Amino acid sequence: MEGRITGIAGPTVTLAMPGLKMYDRVLVGLARLFGEVIRLGPEGAVAQVYENTRGLGVGEPAISLGKPLTAKLGPGLLGAIYDGLQRPLPEVAAAAGPFILPGSQWPALEQERAWAFVATKQPGDKVAVGETYGYVEEDGTRHFLFADQAGAIAAMASGSATLNQPLVELADGGTLSAISEWPIRIPRPWRRKFSPTEPLITGQRVIDFLFPLARGGTAILPGGFGTGKTVLEQAIAKFAEVDIVVYVGCGERGNEMAEMLEEFTTLTDPWTGRTLMRRTIMVANTSNMPVAAREASIYTAVTMAEYYRDQGYHVLLLADSISRWAEALREISSALEEMPGEEGYPTYLASRLAGFFARAGVVETMSGKIGSLSMILSVSPPGGDLTEPTTQACLRAAGAFLMLDTGLAHRRHFPAINWFQSFSLYDHEMTGYFGKEVDPAWAALKRQAQTLLQREEKLREVAEIVGAEGLQDLDHLVMHTAGRLRQEFLRQSTFEADAFSTPKLTFEKAARLLTQHATAEERLAKGDFLADILREMR
Amino acid sequence: MRLAEHVYSTVSAIRGQLLFVEKVAEVRMGEVVRVRRPDGHEIEGEVLLISGDTVLVQLFGESRGLDTAATAVIFTDSIKQAPLAETMLHRMFDGSFRPIDGQPLFVPEAWAPASGFPINPSSRARPQEFIETGFATIDGLNTLVKGQKLPIFSCAGLPAREMVAAILKNARVTAAEGQSGSGFALVFVALGLTHHEYAFYLEAIRAMRSDYIAFINLADDPVVERLMAPRFGLAAAEYLAFGKGRDVLVVVTDMTNYCDALREVATAREELPGRRGYPGYLYSELASLYERAGRIKGRPGSITMLPVVTMPEDDITHPIPDLTGYITEGQIVLSRELHQRGIFPPVDVLPSLSRLMQQGIGPGRTREDHRAIANQLYRQYARGRDLRSLEVIVGREGMNEADRNHLDFARAFEEEFVHQAGDRRTVVQTLVAGLTLLQRFGFAVPA
Repeated sequence: MEGRITGIAGPTVTLAMPGLKMYDRVLVGLARLFGEVIRLGPEGAVAQVYENTRGLGVGEPAISLGKPLTAKLGPGLLGAIYDGLQRPLPEVAAAAGPFILPGSQWPALEQERAWAFVATKQPGDKVAVGETYGYVEEDGTRHFLFADQAGAIAAMASGSATLNQPLVELADGGTLSAISEWPIRIPRPWRRKFSPTEPLITGQRVIDFLFPLARGGTAILPGGFGTGKTVLEQAIAKFAEVDIVVYVGCGERGNEMAEMLEEFTTLTDPWTGRTLMRRTIMVANTSNMPVAAREASIYTAVTMAEYYRDQGYHVLLLADSISRWAEALREISSALEEMPGEEGYPTYLASRLAGFFARAGVVETMSGKIGSLSMILSVSPPGGDLTEPTTQACLRAAGAFLMLDTGLAHRRHFPAINWFQSFSLYDHEMTGYFGKEVDPAWAALKRQAQTLLQREEKLREVAEIVGAEGLQDLDHLVMHTAGRLRQEFLRQSTFEADAFSTPKLTFEKAARLLTQHATAEERLAKGDFLADILREMR
Repeated sequence: MRLAEHVYSTVSAIRGQLLFVEKVAEVRMGEVVRVRRPDGHEIEGEVLLISGDTVLVQLFGESRGLDTAATAVIFTDSIKQAPLAETMLHRMFDGSFRPIDGQPLFVPEAWAPASGFPINPSSRARPQEFIETGFATIDGLNTLVKGQKLPIFSCAGLPAREMVAAILKNARVTAAEGQSGSGFALVFVALGLTHHEYAFYLEAIRAMRSDYIAFINLADDPVVERLMAPRFGLAAAEYLAFGKGRDVLVVVTDMTNYCDALREVATAREELPGRRGYPGYLYSELASLYERAGRIKGRPGSITMLPVVTMPEDDITHPIPDLTGYITEGQIVLSRELHQRGIFPPVDVLPSLSRLMQQGIGPGRTREDHRAIANQLYRQYARGRDLRSLEVIVGREGMNEADRNHLDFARAFEEEFVHQAGDRRTVVQTLVAGLTLLQRFGFAVPA
């Protein structure tokens, strides 16, 4: 289908092309820029263009691909680095140089690469839609292949096969291959969805102990600049106990992505000992790359994440930051001259976000496996103001709220998660889980730690009025232990060996501190001097 | 593609610096237009929006003297490009890349779009090589590295100007073994300068020893040129860095004037205002400038950026410093209190930060003990500053000896380490000064 450009406004282009459908993918202009139809009306079709429209001319041709924006799915995704439209950035750089020029198209997966295919069915067997017929080993991850059509198997490939070779020939003439496509804005289907029951271990003591996250759950990390959002997201990407990590750099710094790439190709996964990049897919759409592609980037990422979930894996999607996505949405909405809601954001911001969050969860897949997709999204509220629309919309949909505190960050307390304001809705189930799996005293210990931190806060207010001398010995002891809890337990360096802590180590560390505290309390009650007790505790 | 100029005299409306032209065929986004006034004078403009055959043109100058009847609009079928050559060094230009030093334009060796193209994230090299500014608070505690963008957050009335002048004069890359780049160059972009400031910077430019190129936009120059000047500056920087292998330091002052110009232009276009009237895309707009800093794998050369941001009402949560902080890799924060006490540069090291510092210091880059000294200085100074609020309540007499020592250290740190009137320190001198100070107050530096 062909047509012409009739108007251009920022990232949106008006097309005269009858027969277009909503969300059809189009190539516009002589440069063949990628776009997606987002509005149909008497003035023509409006497409959001995923590249800079500078230089695009009215009257230039446009063609429709007749299908929506999809992600390519198959072996080779792991270890890849894509932009928001799933263009493989290293391949683009190798061919086109270090700058991204508009209009470059690139296959997301390497077609010629050979994979060792192992069949789990035989000729003569029947396959149903969504059923496994074989797998390939993808960098140490068993990558299952599913039938996208039903039929009787007539012939099967064996040994090594490339992505463009059919692996299965069906009796009715159809073929099955390792590569498939999925429209990024449509959630991949599942049979059943469960409530999260297992923890998502992040290796960060403050999270695992005080605000535990769940596999299949969602969490947001809001914080002003300099509060360590990106460092924390990256630490979680390194250490989280999951099979696959999909990391989206959504409208953030280019140098950070370079740093992360370098680290992920050299560091190893603490759970399996493999290079981190082998379990990671990166989507990098930095702040200076086109905004419309930024809008698409989180959907591209979540589709790839769902694809691995469907193979029965625990997948974690990290996005830094969802606020930049919301801003991209606002920019496109404003170019469409839509009626603005709060602070210029479109009124559908909250429902789009909720729809995105809903793609997380623990599911029974179409092939009967159990997989999970968890999300941890950072939020960049302007001026650190948490009442702004994006934070509020996220708050309604997310299962955990890990608030990063500017005050803590200024005192160089990292991770700067505020222990009074943050919460996790998975707290009850996960504490129960840790009680069973790590130590029955988990819940009691946690309550005790929280009480101490609260008492410290109250005592500090008192001390400000009456002076530190006005406090009793017991109060001093509380302040002392709470101080140690903050310094030695909640605080965690991302650059040293301490960067990762198992739940067992986390528990032991807390237990050690609180046992010492209990002993000191007893001695105090017996009449020992506080100064002596504190000296001996060191 | 038309490959020819088209002339139209179908202007239907003029609003501020916006021009509506009707019945235009085959026009391109961003196309450069020349608008000829009835008296023959020409102004440049750019295509901003196309709706059917109606085109909205943004003028790069005053609309005074234009009319709807006799004004001719010439569509040039070209996109705004920057002329580039190494002979542009030691020259001064205005916001439209016209020479303002009385000499003719150089002969361009190449042309590049002023707004550039984004660097492929997978082609970026990690910034890790040290740049010396001559200021102890930056080199020692908030180290700048090649490829970084590190803004200076100033307040009205603070000597950011003097700091910039000193950096223009003193900045250099240390020529350690195996480092990238051949030759250092400065790109100086001044936006919305008053004539008084202009005179000051002219003086500073004359005192410079490095190769430089300057883009000067005065307060009474067209507002749209204020939006173009940093783009030309960065296009020049990209040419020098990635074309000629130089280490380029881009100093932009003042980004607040840039953002105000953007707000003015956006409002004239009747765009929806965001926070404090700035357009909703201010973040993307700032990123399109700041993110042009960086290094590229396998190529010599680098672009490092030092933008100056004046915080309106001294408010760090104002959209301009706030969005800048979200994009840049740290910030240098100036303090009114230090300035009032005569400390120069009045850098408050506590809220200041260089996110890339860890990579740029240590053996082979600066000195082995750099990190240890910096950490210890920071820690002890923070402690001293904390105690100052206590001092206000209980008085110095009410404090123990260790606390008094910390108070004295904090004061000495500000007066001897932070303060450096006029003298440039090498990073080694900075580290020695820090170490000596720590030792004088009995603070050990762990090996």
